[in-house]
Amino acid sequence: MSARDRILGRLRAAPKGSPVALPDIAAWHATRPPLATDAALAKFRSNMEAAHAEVHDTTAQDWPLLLARLAAEKGVRTLLFGPDTPHGAQLAASAPAGVELVPYDRPVAQWRDRLFDGIDASITGARSAIADTGSMVLWPDANEPRLMSLVPPIHFVLLDAARMHANLLAAMLSERWASGMPTNALVISGPSKTADIQQVLAYGAHGPREVIVLLCLASGGKP
Amino acid sequence: MSQPIRIHAARDFKERSLAALNDPAQRKNFRGAMDFLQMKRRAQFGDKDELTTLRDLGEAIRRYALANLPELLEQLERNLTANGIQVHWAETADEANAIALGIARRVDARLIAKGKSMVSEEVGFNHAMEAGGLETLETDMGEYIVQLAGEAPSHIIMPAIHKTKQQIAALFAEKIPGVAYSEDVDTLIRIGRQVLRRKFAEAGIGLSGVNFAVAETGTLFLVENEGNGRMCTTVPKVHIAITGIEKVVARLEHVPPLNSLLPRSATGQAVTTYLNLISSPRKPGELDGPEEVHLILVDNGRTQAYGDLQLRATLQCIRCGACMNHCPVYARIGGHAYGTTYPGPIGAIISPHLRGLEATYPLSFASTLCGACVEVCPVRIPIVDLLVRLRNEAQAREGSADATLRGSGAARTTLVSTIWNGWALIYSRLRMYRITSWFMSRGRAQSPVEQGAWTRSRTPLTPAPKRLRDLIKETNQ
Repeated sequence: MSARDRILGRLRAAPKGSPVALPDIAAWHATRPPLATDAALAKFRSNMEAAHAEVHDTTAQDWPLLLARLAAEKGVRTLLFGPDTPHGAQLAASAPAGVELVPYDRPVAQWRDRLFDGIDASITGARSAIADTGSMVLWPDANEPRLMSLVPPIHFVLLDAARMHANLLAAMLSERWASGMPTNALVISGPSKTADIQQVLAYGAHGPREVIVLLCLASGGKP
Repeated sequence: MSQPIRIHAARDFKERSLAALNDPAQRKNFRGAMDFLQMKRRAQFGDKDELTTLRDLGEAIRRYALANLPELLEQLERNLTANGIQVHWAETADEANAIALGIARRVDARLIAKGKSMVSEEVGFNHAMEAGGLETLETDMGEYIVQLAGEAPSHIIMPAIHKTKQQIAALFAEKIPGVAYSEDVDTLIRIGRQVLRRKFAEAGIGLSGVNFAVAETGTLFLVENEGNGRMCTTVPKVHIAITGIEKVVARLEHVPPLNSLLPRSATGQAVTTYLNLISSPRKPGELDGPEEVHLILVDNGRTQAYGDLQLRATLQCIRCGACMNHCPVYARIGGHAYGTTYPGPIGAIISPHLRGLEATYPLSFASTLCGACVEVCPVRIPIVDLLVRLRNEAQAREGSADATLRGSGAARTTLVSTIWNGWALIYSRLRMYRITSWFMSRGRAQSPVEQGAWTRSRTPLTPAPKRLRDLIKETNQ
């Protein structure tokens, strides 16, 4: 008999106890009404900023200009991007001056050293966002791999303001996560941090020191 | 870097806790940290109704998972396997380590980069790997500090809570080549980041724990703030996750309520920086992520707790640490005094199943039963009831109906059982009770001044000058 069989055997041999009803998640969800669009955006912004991230308003057309300005301000010289995404193509067409665009286009093993030591910043899209906790949902894939949002010290995130959910459960339900999970799903709420030394908060523990959200609004923003 | 194996006999608990009580610097660290964590948690749960609803739900989710545990574990295994994640089962700590060593040998790994995992501490993972010729490196900042110092974590969420920044500055300057002494926390973290960053790429294996394993989708759900967990689960060629069999939840939608309770109870954060949901190894065409993902499901005594309907509640735990953050005993003696992987109230109720009562029975007595832990537990584990039950088990007579656990009766001594037998004899016979109490109240002046442990820090116990029945008699006259 295997360890598996013995463990399951002991669990099955245990007394059953009274049956426990399936938890009523829908009832709990109903107690948390959806937020109006403006309120959700305001909450997302204030939570993100409280977590030490920056949120800048822009539009789906103008964000490359905003990115160019922010990259220049922060001294970004190398920017990692996914060339096969629509926003990657848009960026390549209007590359910011003085910034080398580095495509993530081969397996990590072929260029690990440069990724870890030679990249100042990255830009990825976000699938959606969560107002309640000030979080962004990323589903990395072949076009925008997992390490893009982790290794470079600065992470720019392009977010469509229309993709705002009130909370994590709302995101999971309305995007039907349970019917097909990706290799890796991420929910990111600001820059990497730690309070492991005397409860003093420090940013940039292992992941990005800065997370900068380019929030694309339908009705414009300042570039 | 090696960690000492810790083998602690039960009797050492008293000595260790006395030593901890007499260490003013450490007491100040813990007091400060506990006050901070309590305040942060309170700020998160301002809305009492919301908290009540959420705790009801959290408890229901965990109880549902436990009520269906064997079926859910099989479903989890089926779905993980279908997703390409390999599932292993370990009855004991040794089996869990042997599985990991087997994988390491097959893929010819030399270095294992570790994300935070209390189960890996529980099974003595680092020691076993080092004995097998592998190097392990803790990459959570707190765990890294603790490993560098050759110590064990003193808190399940904040492992280096017992250390001051001065101690850490000295440690870094001593142990990391080319590092100058600095007490600046940002500088210290930057040093850690630099040292560890190079190691993620060198490591053949990344190890992580699991916060919740979702049966429905075959997903490993991990929370963290630093990003080292994501490094360990993304950069090395092989990712091994290790967790207890109780960590399964039935559905993906069961995760959000628990994930709302966990960081708010633990560190007073609304959410951690990263939620990392892993459902598969690297797929064809993907450019990063591990090529193999393994899950080791560890029993190590958990089925003993599961076998008893009262003690089963122990397994509801989501490892937030709120019970220790609010425990008056933990705040005073700190984590190391317990001598177990899990300290504080949760340590007192889970450790007897992992290591037997012989080695752990004093922990259930190291409580005032004040119930602060019960009040803050996000999944409503009746910790006080379980402590009392474990005290009874520890005192139970071998072979009696009360002795049901490994090591039951370990605390039983002839002196104590004789005293209690005498007490039972007297209190169950009216005449004997009256005579004894009459003599005791009349002879109170002869009460001993030395009453063992009681008088070490308290005034001696003396019977009342008048018995209750005498007082009632007087009142009625």
